[in-house]
Amino acid sequence: MTETKLPVQPPEVRVAAPGAALARAPAERREPAAGRAIIDPPEPAVFALDGLNLWYGHKHALAGVTMNYPVNRVTALIGPSGCGKSTLLRCLNRMNDLIPGVRVSGTIQYHGANIYDRQVDPVEVRRRIGMVFQKPNPFPKSIYDNVAFGARVNGFRGRMDDLVEGCLRQAALWDEVKDDLRKSGLALSGGQQQRLCIARALAVQPDVILMDEPCSALDPIATLKIEDLIRELVKDFTIVIVTHNMQQAARVSDYTAFMLLAHEGGPGELIEYGLTNELFTNPRDHRTEDYITGRFG
Amino acid sequence: MKGECALQATVDQQAALARALRKQPFRRTSEMVIKTLLLLCAAVSLLTTALIVFVLFSEAWTFFEHVSLAEFFLDTDWQPLFEPSSFGIWELVAGTMNVVLWSLVFALPVGLGTAIYLSEYAHPRTRKVLKPLLEALAGVPTVVYAYFALTVVTQDVLQPLFGRDNIPIFNSLSASLMLAVMILPTIASISEDAMASVPRDLREAAYGLGSTRMEVALRVVVPAALSGIIAAILLATARVVGETMIVAIAAGSTPHLTLWPNESIQTMTGFMLQIGLGDVARGSVKYQSLFAVALVLFMMTLIFNIAATLIVGRYREEYE
Amino acid sequence: MAQREATAPVSLRASGAVARRQAVSRGSRYVLLAATLVGVFVLLVLAYETAIEGADRISWSFITNYPSRFADQAGLRSSILGTAWVMGATIALAFPIAIGTAIWMEEFAPRNILLTIVKLNLANLAGVPSIIYGILGLALFVRFLEMGPSILAGAFTLSLMIIPMTVIASQEAIRQVPPSIKEASLAVGATHWQTVRHHVLPGAMPGIMTGIILATSRAIGETAALIMIGAFTFIAFDNTSLTDDFTTVPIQIYNWTIRPQEAFRQNAAAAIILLMVAVVGLNLIAALIRERFRRE
Repeated sequence: MTETKLPVQPPEVRVAAPGAALARAPAERREPAAGRAIIDPPEPAVFALDGLNLWYGHKHALAGVTMNYPVNRVTALIGPSGCGKSTLLRCLNRMNDLIPGVRVSGTIQYHGANIYDRQVDPVEVRRRIGMVFQKPNPFPKSIYDNVAFGARVNGFRGRMDDLVEGCLRQAALWDEVKDDLRKSGLALSGGQQQRLCIARALAVQPDVILMDEPCSALDPIATLKIEDLIRELVKDFTIVIVTHNMQQAARVSDYTAFMLLAHEGGPGELIEYGLTNELFTNPRDHRTEDYITGRFG
Repeated sequence: MKGECALQATVDQQAALARALRKQPFRRTSEMVIKTLLLLCAAVSLLTTALIVFVLFSEAWTFFEHVSLAEFFLDTDWQPLFEPSSFGIWELVAGTMNVVLWSLVFALPVGLGTAIYLSEYAHPRTRKVLKPLLEALAGVPTVVYAYFALTVVTQDVLQPLFGRDNIPIFNSLSASLMLAVMILPTIASISEDAMASVPRDLREAAYGLGSTRMEVALRVVVPAALSGIIAAILLATARVVGETMIVAIAAGSTPHLTLWPNESIQTMTGFMLQIGLGDVARGSVKYQSLFAVALVLFMMTLIFNIAATLIVGRYREEYE
Repeated sequence: MAQREATAPVSLRASGAVARRQAVSRGSRYVLLAATLVGVFVLLVLAYETAIEGADRISWSFITNYPSRFADQAGLRSSILGTAWVMGATIALAFPIAIGTAIWMEEFAPRNILLTIVKLNLANLAGVPSIIYGILGLALFVRFLEMGPSILAGAFTLSLMIIPMTVIASQEAIRQVPPSIKEASLAVGATHWQTVRHHVLPGAMPGIMTGIILATSRAIGETAALIMIGAFTFIAFDNTSLTDDFTTVPIQIYNWTIRPQEAFRQNAAAAIILLMVAVVGLNLIAALIRERFRRE
């Protein structure tokens, strides 16, 4: 089952056009310097965000985010706590819909379709875009049933045993659990649980995997295993990862986006976006530099 | 010289301080008296249990001197009031089981549906309006439900609906329907608490895999809250087993070994109330049979309640 | 971007199996809402039916008349008085004991097996059917202590019945008092009891009051336990002492309900209206106290 095919993509290069973005979202003022610091990857994109704003009730949480996420790459979102990076990630599979009082404006194109279009069904979105959460959250079921759950609700027709094995192999967990698939998922160690959650996400056969600080609850060794796994998975999947750990972003990601609150109590904004190497070695925005050199956050 | 004086004073002060700091067990008598009084208050509840157990066992003991355990548990006829009397508890137990069965048949789907709706579907504002209304059902005195079971449910609904030939004036169905309403808040509210305590991230995991709201509710939340739901059912069962007025008024007073809902039956509590209404001579076998039945009833509710407590304790541990 | 929409649009509209699943899921909302409304509906029907049936019978004489074998002359005088006497005595008996138990458990009890036993015992007592309390009252107070079916015997019986639930509510309330207040009081040299008396109890009072009122509303509607101790009697005099025989409003409702005549059924409905006004009133007061103190 591991040969999850990506939808055919027209090889298209989209060069950053901050001016165009501004024109589309005139309400969002942005410092010109920050605008230039955002360089979309010159690669085919799975997601294209345009002027994305989000409010929790009256609280403006995200302002004018415009960026692309390239195919088969790891894109990391970094920034201090509360800067909206998790919120942004949760927009990508419409998990924010579950919170009462959330409003979103702007568009997120997923393979060319706006996932915030009124006719889009969030369930259709989420079965294409897998998610791994901050805290490992296996269902209180067996390892087997954990992996099979998503496939079952999505009406998978095929050999479930093969699917489960394939996903567990892909998540580098098979060898550790193959003898007791009936054991509760909660009986595994934290790192194993997180890999089980990854296997569970793979079983729905998504093409994108969103990871919300997947290692923050894990010890360093388990973290390394997950990071290796991410590098392995990116051959088949597009990965967007939120992390508060800059070393992790530097280790696993191809592109990095730095986010920050516009001002105290204000909405989160995208400050700088580009190749991970460049962002860490040669930041264009002074705020990025302050952050990665540890002057705040 | 002066220095010595000062030192002397300090030593005196130290001694005084040491004395003042010493424990003086009898200076705070009031404190002791109050603590003792509070302990006595707490003893009342232990004493209550002890007295219930003592009264039931001692009086039931006398009963079993007249009626053998074998007759009590093996005979299937309950006829204590007329000669020749017989004391087979099963007809009363069947009566109780009859209303337990039917009230759960009605209350379970509705109660669980309510819990799922309030926990997984309802907007917080809707829940804030609906929940107190439902809990109001728990505050209605049971004699009021009894009145409705006999008048509205039996005479205005069931008999016109199914015909007087099929539904006697006293029937287990009307009692069960009202018992179902009575236990609805118990089932709904305890199950909802259990579902609300299912961690949010389990729901998110399921939504993240592309589950619909109903799939999340039925395949993730309900299984995860199952022990709480079972505890709710056990507590509700204990309430039905122990409820007296509804069954005494609406279900009748003729013991029958049946689980059909369209018959007149008598439950254990119904029999007890019947004896309580009459002036039965103390020391007669009839009077003593009251305690034997009460003992069985007490044991049954105790088992249901303890099982519920154990299960609730276990599911708390799971998530803490 | 417009080009891509034209060339390779991915349809994210619900289709096929997902459309079906979403339709089922959306449908389930209405099914479950309907289930939720069943309870509310029953509540409304009950209120409506009773009002229709009994409203005409409510009058001053219905409240001031003694019971009678003529339905149109029968009234609630002796049962209202009996209810008032029994409830007064029950409150006086039960609540000091219940609050004392709660204070002991939360503040003074040694944290050992004894406390665990007391806790388990209370949880189980709260689930003991009321008719069992009636049997205890019959054997202990009425027969053994020779109180007869008196107000005092009734009050003792109801007290034992409502103590467990009041203790549990009071414990909750005491636990809500922030430990910092307790520590502040102990730090200025107050004894443990002084701290409880001046800081813990006042802080817990709204919660305790709510618990007491709810327990009272449960006791006021109790029927089976009082019938068991022999309160199903014809009373045509005003109660003047705790040793009097008595009857209560719920027992009168029972009495009228089991009679076959329609006129008595109306009396029962009218009495239910009055009883429900009392019960709902008590619950409202409890809710108001809770709301008021939550805000402060």
